[in-house]
Amino acid sequence: MKMELIQPFINAADAVLAQGLQSPLAIGSLSMEEEAYRRKGVAAMVRLTGDIEGRVIFDLDPATAVRVARRFAGAELPESDDLVRETVFELANQVIGNAVTTLNDQGFHFRVHPPVLHDAEHGEKGSEDTEALVMWFETSSGNIFMNIAMQYSTVQTKGMAAGGRG
Amino acid sequence: MEQFATMRRSKDGQPIRYLVVDDSVFARKNLARMIETFGGQLAGEAGDGAAAITEYDRTNPDIVLMDITMPQMEGIEAAERIVQKHPEARVVMVSSVGYQENIVAALQRGARHFVQKPVKPEVLYEVIKYVMGEDGAVANAAAGGAK
Repeated sequence: MKMELIQPFINAADAVLAQGLQSPLAIGSLSMEEEAYRRKGVAAMVRLTGDIEGRVIFDLDPATAVRVARRFAGAELPESDDLVRETVFELANQVIGNAVTTLNDQGFHFRVHPPVLHDAEHGEKGSEDTEALVMWFETSSGNIFMNIAMQYSTVQTKGMAAGGRG
Repeated sequence: MEQFATMRRSKDGQPIRYLVVDDSVFARKNLARMIETFGGQLAGEAGDGAAAITEYDRTNPDIVLMDITMPQMEGIEAAERIVQKHPEARVVMVSSVGYQENIVAALQRGARHFVQKPVKPEVLYEVIKYVMGEDGAVANAAAGGAK
């Protein structure tokens, strides 16, 4: 997996969370895993297809999601499953949208699919092709997990090998 | 959330009326709260582009805040349809996907401006002021604590 594909997502998550939560945050851990993803709480998965293919999972435990929602809204919000799901989805949308903006301005074109609830206890078993970067952000509202598996599409790889985009 | 100097319509001094379009309820509520701090009024909400067109016809808002990526009909197409029918419509795109070709496409199809998510209230406020132009007026600018 190429770090240049991952970095925009890390930068975007850092920026979106720092602005939304208005408090400092730190990267708690960062590792590469081929194991199937085990979700920690409520997880949203967004798939990307095109020059770059893969998926990003955002994962928050419900209590963290409520605290994040309240920080983002700047108000007390009633706790509900809908609020938790909406928060995780919107967080995923904002981070991925910002990362996609960076990658698109670098010349990559791809489609971002709407987020879906990742409600299985375990994700698909990984392989060399689906090796994922697993990380979490330590925030004042709790830990926010991000799992990224991204690669150049076969067509894109051929294009680059033929002297395409550098 | 910080307070801003109230913005009103120049013609009658009434609050600026907004239609907020986003498939995320969370995002709509967040924008609605910002609008409140600007002294505006929520005229309506819609969760997709098709519903936005219907809501525009029903509420005739001063400003539309329109997400881009939505089910049924995306925001750029909805903006175009609204502006075709109502050339005076002021549509501001609000999206996390802010790459240049997206912005250009939105502007070419009738949007007046673009704000990237996560939305900073002070940025949105300035954009609203710019888009309203002479049709908007900032009141009580000298009030304590107001921007």
